[in-house]
Amino acid sequence: MSQTDIYTLAGAALFVIGLYGLITRPHLIHKILALNIMSGGVFLVFVGIARRVMSPDPDPLPHAMVLTGIVVTVSSTAYALALAKRIYSETGMAALDAPDVIEEPEASSG
Amino acid sequence: MAEALLAHMPALAVVVPLVAAPIAFLAGARWGRPVALVASALSVPVAFALAWLVSAEGEKLRYQIGGWEAPLGIGLVVDGLSATMLLVTAVVGFAVTVYSLGYFADKERYRFFWALWLFLLASMAALFLSADVFNLYVCLELVSVSAVALVGLSGQRDALVAAMRYMLAAILGSIFYLLGVALLYGAFGVLDLAHLAAVLGPDVTGQAAFALITVGLVLKTALFPAHFWLPPAHANAPSPVSAVLSALVVKGSFYILLRLWTDVGDPSYVPGMGTLLGVLGAMAIVWGSVQALLQERLKMLVAYSTVAQIGYLFLLFPLVEIAGSHVVDAWSAGVFHAVSHALAKSAMFLAAGAVLSRFGHDRIDGLGGLSRRAPVTTMAFGLSGITMMGLPPSGGFVVKWLYITAAIESGAWWWAIVVLAGGLLAAGYVARVVVPGFAKARDDASDLDVDAGRLPRRMEFAALALALAALALGVLGQPVLDLMAVGSPASGVIPWTGQ
Repeated sequence: MSQTDIYTLAGAALFVIGLYGLITRPHLIHKILALNIMSGGVFLVFVGIARRVMSPDPDPLPHAMVLTGIVVTVSSTAYALALAKRIYSETGMAALDAPDVIEEPEASSG
Repeated sequence: MAEALLAHMPALAVVVPLVAAPIAFLAGARWGRPVALVASALSVPVAFALAWLVSAEGEKLRYQIGGWEAPLGIGLVVDGLSATMLLVTAVVGFAVTVYSLGYFADKERYRFFWALWLFLLASMAALFLSADVFNLYVCLELVSVSAVALVGLSGQRDALVAAMRYMLAAILGSIFYLLGVALLYGAFGVLDLAHLAAVLGPDVTGQAAFALITVGLVLKTALFPAHFWLPPAHANAPSPVSAVLSALVVKGSFYILLRLWTDVGDPSYVPGMGTLLGVLGAMAIVWGSVQALLQERLKMLVAYSTVAQIGYLFLLFPLVEIAGSHVVDAWSAGVFHAVSHALAKSAMFLAAGAVLSRFGHDRIDGLGGLSRRAPVTTMAFGLSGITMMGLPPSGGFVVKWLYITAAIESGAWWWAIVVLAGGLLAAGYVARVVVPGFAKARDDASDLDVDAGRLPRRMEFAALALALAALALGVLGQPVLDLMAVGSPASGVIPWTGQ
């Protein structure tokens, strides 16, 4: 197994782990982190692809795309976190299905 | 001078709203409004100029930002499809801006609307002009972030939760898309759409990339069964935002699917994909329409109607694959639907928003006798309903005619049945509002406050103008059909007949 394969497979694994977390975890912060893990996986795939050219130097273009991707991810994560915080302060819950949960007695006091 | 200006039209389409956005932000609650009005008004002649340039040239125009050649610089490409989408964005955008001036009467609370709205317009324009798959990714994210912010603008609980759900779906879609881009680059080593079209060959990695990109974009376009985020987001957003989300934003991700499956590759590139997208589209038409029939609130009805109408867009893919000599009909039907639905659905949401803001509620069973209380708005709703149903002489009729022609001629008559059934269902949910609306209201069927103040005229007439435009497309549609065919698969250079 070449170095490229290791990176690409690790990236794919992170992608799947993140997707699993996004679907199964109700907490908004968990969901946002899960999306970050997925993005990290995609970036690793890019890094693996950059090494596929048969020259001593890696292809710089995937690196440029990863950098742009990181900027995009940081910004959208910041925004998603701000939104989650606002939802928490409005509803007292950090989950999407807040209305249902709020009817439970222990949640209605907070 | 004039020629120099014309040469920079592609850049101007993005630059005008992009420069105006931070100015509107800095200008504050009061002066952000005229800034947005001027910028969105300017976008209309820019879009017309681009459409004229493309038609005159008869082929794709390429533009290098700052004169930097690819791969260093970022290129923009304008063809008939881009010009059509830019044009409809500019026209709907302007009407929505005019409406918003009346809708956001509380200037202070919605002071951030104008900047976000201009950012959304700029990112939509950039998306329709992007020449490569990675820039498309960046534009998709820009569109999503500004759209999500607009959904949550009211700060109310339902709107915030809807915005969050939308945000998670949108980011997930983008990540799938980006993984697809990585695999495409790994397989073929290019990002430019035209280069990709030239080197695309049968390759497992390439097929996986196409599949991943499609999953991501289907999620962003809210195609059944990935539509779960759309109704709450579109119904809880402020009404001008609902209009833009349903009319334009979902078309952004559809546009990329169209580029990939009809420009770069063709639906047979991944076996079964065309049929799968078409079946999901058919299910969306039925499911969305039935849900629209069951809703109690007008804005939810209109939002589910969007779920149904998105389905029509996806009938393009199976029909393009099998239509043979009628491939142009199938392709044109899908694109024309994107245009006519954009006009009609924005009109419908603006009308629903006018009802909601005037009478304080949008419960459908309380809207009896609406036409006497709000004749212009009821008219706008009814006329846009004609396009949803696909009755002549509307733009929706042209769409159905082209689809049915393509389906019958290629022997795949069952797609024609879907198209016709969707029209009947649409008639059902439009009638739920229009029939009691025009009836002499019984007391128990009307809950319209007699003392409700009049709406600003510009709100009612912005909706009516869009509805009339959707209707006029049926009669005056030929120039639009000609425009969108420039430099496209439908112009005769059909990749899938050469393979």
